[in-house]
Parts: sequence; structure tokens; C-alpha cells
Amino acid sequence: MSYVRDVGALARKDLLLELRARDTLPAMLLFVAAVFVVFHFALPGTPSRLETTGLLWVAILFTALLGLGRAFVPEREQRTLDGLVLAPCDRSAIWLAKSLATLAFLAAAEVVALPLYALFFHSVAGATVLAVVLADLGICGVGTFLGAMAVATRARDLLLPLLFLPLAVPIVVGAVGASVVASPGRYLGFLGLYDLLFAVVCWASFEYVVAE
Amino acid sequence: MLTARRLGKRYGEKRVLRRIDLVLPRGGFLVVTGPNGAGKTTLLRICAGLAQPTEGTIEREATRAQVGYLGHDPLVYRELTALENLELYGRLYRLPERRERVGMVLERFGLWEARHERVASYSRGMTQRLALCRVLLHDPELLVLDEPYSALDEAGAELLDAQLAELRGERTFLLATHDPARVEPLASAALALAS
Amino acid sequence: MGRTSRIPLPLLAAISLVLVTTALAFVFFVAPDDANQGFSQRIFYFHVSIAITAYACFAGGAWNALLHLWKRDPNADLRSYVCVHQGLIFGTLVLLTGSIWAKISWGHWWLWSEDQLVLFLVLYLFYCAYFMLRFSVDPGPQRANLSAVYALFGVVLIPVSFAAIRLAKNLIHPVVFTLHGPNFGGWILVTYCIAQTALLALAYTLYRLELGGKRLDVRLRRLREVLA
Repeated sequence: MSYVRDVGALARKDLLLELRARDTLPAMLLFVAAVFVVFHFALPGTPSRLETTGLLWVAILFTALLGLGRAFVPEREQRTLDGLVLAPCDRSAIWLAKSLATLAFLAAAEVVALPLYALFFHSVAGATVLAVVLADLGICGVGTFLGAMAVATRARDLLLPLLFLPLAVPIVVGAVGASVVASPGRYLGFLGLYDLLFAVVCWASFEYVVAE
Repeated sequence: MLTARRLGKRYGEKRVLRRIDLVLPRGGFLVVTGPNGAGKTTLLRICAGLAQPTEGTIEREATRAQVGYLGHDPLVYRELTALENLELYGRLYRLPERRERVGMVLERFGLWEARHERVASYSRGMTQRLALCRVLLHDPELLVLDEPYSALDEAGAELLDAQLAELRGERTFLLATHDPARVEPLASAALALAS
Repeated sequence: MGRTSRIPLPLLAAISLVLVTTALAFVFFVAPDDANQGFSQRIFYFHVSIAITAYACFAGGAWNALLHLWKRDPNADLRSYVCVHQGLIFGTLVLLTGSIWAKISWGHWWLWSEDQLVLFLVLYLFYCAYFMLRFSVDPGPQRANLSAVYALFGVVLIPVSFAAIRLAKNLIHPVVFTLHGPNFGGWILVTYCIAQTALLALAYTLYRLELGGKRLDVRLRRLREVLA
């Protein structure tokens, strides 16, 4: 129970920071809209549903990367990670709270991005929305974990996409699959499995990322 | 409270600490001195549990919740107010009477009036006072203080003097400083690190 | 440091030399020509055994990573790194031989329909990122921890990516998987086993060589530090 309270306190702090600074979410929204416009010109004519679905997922992935790159910036700039590590809560709570906060930003960006996609290109099926939910969990869980790793390095922002994209390949497979086939059950199941598997790995090993 | 035997620490091939032996009994007040680069900060980080030694052993009779650590960084969020920062730590340390406790430490270091201001608008001295509030918030058994007087004005330094004198004997202190004269009356032991 | 290993390095090197020579002899002179692809199909022996060897290296890297995190084994970090390094070297060879094989069999240097090849490309990118990560952190416990955690992610990624790539293939043209091995027996099997053993021995030799070199380096630097 106290674990949930710790996660709540930490996630609340992240939302509050974003509310004050207001730099992540507007950036994500602008980015995803700009990407759609670029895509329109990158695919001249009327692109098929199959093609634009791929574009949608590329847009979501890169928008998420933008948010993930910002996730640990307050901790890095003020080196407050030491303070959180010293606190008696389980270290994995830091990961979980940050993942939830990033998830909130990504979801908020998608609430705008999906209707925009429908307006610009093709309508969004129910299975796609489900795939977005499941993919978001994986993207934010794994991405936040890798974001914490990246801020500990000299390369920082440069490193996150490199660390993250190979791990995101299965997410893209599952998400695109679920968005284009008639019976998306297998793909959604695969996404769920991915989320579960990597959530366990992240949860168990986050301690080693932030503490010696 | 703290027992270190033949403590050593290297970062890769760079050795920052070697063969430190120290015994700090409960209620003791150990002052660590030494020139820049002698490893004071590293030693304190190991004692606070933020770093692991690469050689030797360290035993600490305090849980994570019973350690208060003040480092070079204040470990507070600049975009949050003093109150919000301490509320966050109060929650993480699961303080039963969080509000009262937060109010008390803020009063003690003269920050109560400025509690709703963001830390970003604080001067360095005020930020250091807030960092001290953070350390004392959960009333730790073991206080590990790295240069606690830095950036404090005379008034702030006197507040800290009074706080240390009040807790002296009841709590265990490990304090690193460039100015050992200031804490000399309180010290029960001293450790001088060579570079 | 300085745990005496079971087999001395020169002997190990000699064994792998003999094994590699035998494997080459078997591949070129003993194994029969493939019914469809003829002589050039022999690259299969190397391609498959190099791939298995690379997997073994990655698994070794993850195992040592686990030992580092779990048992706090002070030498495990270096062992894990050397394993992954060897894995990357063999991974490069997998991509090269796979590409050649694809050219021979299908006339293209790259085929997205080749599971093994695509999987290795993903893993290759992943382990290249491992190196970027490692060289972007100063030596010390943090570097060891981050490397170890990422290496562990790798062994989770291997089966997940494998499943993903098969799923992705179903998107375009559903395929039925059968263990197609009509003539996987006799001399072919023997040759494959010898090639596989030879490559594993070679990888182990290289691993020991690199590890020995790295440890010598560390000792030298410490010695210099003591003298200074």
C-alpha cells in the first residue's frame, strides 16, 4: 500500500513540474502535428491506409521519444535523483511513477494526434486505439527506464533513441499488425505480452540503474 | 553507528579513497577535514549509502529512512515551492505528522514566510537552508553533512550552529568541512584525509 | 583477479586451430553438394554455426551481467563486456555470410523475408547501442551496472524480436512453418557439428585472449599507480 502511495507522490511531483514548466506536452503536440504535415508531402498523392498506418506509428514513436528525452531532465538538472534514491521507498517506484507521468503526457498528445490523423488521412479503427493503449504502456515503461540510463551518460539525449529503437521494433510490429489486420487478437496479445515481460524486467532491475 | 574497515574506492582506475578506518559510536560527532580532492565527498557518500566501497567494508546501524544526507546539491526541485519539496520528501519518508513537521523545520530555518515561493527564486543561502530542512525533516539518527555551512550567511550559520548543538549527543554526526574551527566545540573526533 | 583458468591459452588456441582446419576440410571436401544450390550452398555451415556462436556469446554476456548484479562478482563486468564484444564480431560475420547466402540463393544481397537475418540486424543495432552506452559512461560501478542491465535486456529482446519478426512476416504473406530438413543428415550433419564446435572453440579462444589482454592492461595500470 505504501508502495502505491510512494508512486502517487512521485508521479504527482512530475505532473506538477510539467504544469509549472509546460515544456514537454506542448512540444509533443506541435511535433506530432508537424510530422503529419511532413508525411503528407513525403507521400504525394493519396497514400493507402496501409501506408498511413505505418506513418501513424512512426509519428507516435518519435513523439514518445521527444517526451521520454525530457522525462529525467528535472532530476538531471538539479541532481535530485540522489534525494529520491536516499528516500526509504523502493527504487522501482521512481521508475513506475516516471513511466506513469510520461504515459499521461503521451496519452494527452495522442488524444489530439489520433483525431488529427483521422482528419488528415484515414479513420482510426477501434483496434488501433486498443493497440495505442497497449503500445503506450510498453513505450513508456521501457523508454523511461532507458531514459534513466541515458541521463547517467555523457551522451545523454543522443543515446536514448539508439538504446530505445531496437527495443521498440517488437512494439511496432505488434501495433502495426493490430492496426491493419482483420482479426488483431494475436497482435494485441503480443503487445500485452511485451508489456508484461519488460515491465517485470524494468521493475526488477531499475535499482541498479540509479544506485551503485 | 558506523564502522568502516580498510575502506577504499576507485572509479575505474582512478583511486579516490584508500584504507580508511573509522569507528563512529552512537551520539558521536566526527569532523572530516582535508584538501580538495582528498575524497571527503566520496567518503560521505559511502557512509550515507549513496555509493558502495570497492575495497573494505562498512557497517551502518541505520536504515535508509534513518539517514539524513546533505551533499553539494540541495536535492530539491527548482520549479517546486519549498513547501511542495518538503511535502514530497515527507511523503516519501512516510512521516506520520507531515504538515507539522514540515512547518517546524521551515520555521526553524527562517523559511516559513517564503514557503510558497519557488526554489528557483531563492538565493543560494536560502536554498542551502531548504536543503538543511530536507535533511532534518525526518529527524534522522545519522546525519551526514558535506560542507553544511557553504553559502550560508552569518544568520543562517548561527541557526545551523544552534541546531547542531541541540542535536549533539542525541544524534550521530559525520560532518565534512573546510573550516574545522567552526564545529570544533561540538566535535568528538576528527579525521584528516590526505590528498 | 588472476583466477587460473582450466585450459592454458596456447593449448586452447592449438585446439581451435585444429578444429577450424578440420571444419574447413569437411565443408569443402566431405560435405556433398546441395541438390539445388550446388557448391556455394556450403556457406550455410558457416552462417548457421556463426549465428549460434554469436547467440552463445550474447547469452554469456547476459549470464555474466546477472552474476555482476546478483553476486556482485567483481570480474563479471569485464567478462560480460568481452562476451558481448565477441558476440558483436560474430554478429557482423552473420550479417556478412547471411547476405552472401541470400545473394546466392535468391539473387539479392538483402531479404526482409529471412527471419534470421532480420533478427540479427535488430540485435546488431541493439548491441551497437550497448557499446555506445558503455563508452559514454566513465569506468566505475555505474558503468558496470548500466552495461549489465542493458545486456540483460538483450536476452529478453532475442526471443521477443524473434516472435515479432515471425508475426510481421505473417502480415504480408502468411507462411506455414515446418521443420524443413529433408536431407539434413549423414555427412551434412557431421560437417555442421564439426563447424559448430570449431567456431565455438574459436570464439572461446578469442574471448580468453581478449579477457587476458584486458586484465593485463588493468594490472599494468595498477602497477604503474603503485610505482608512481
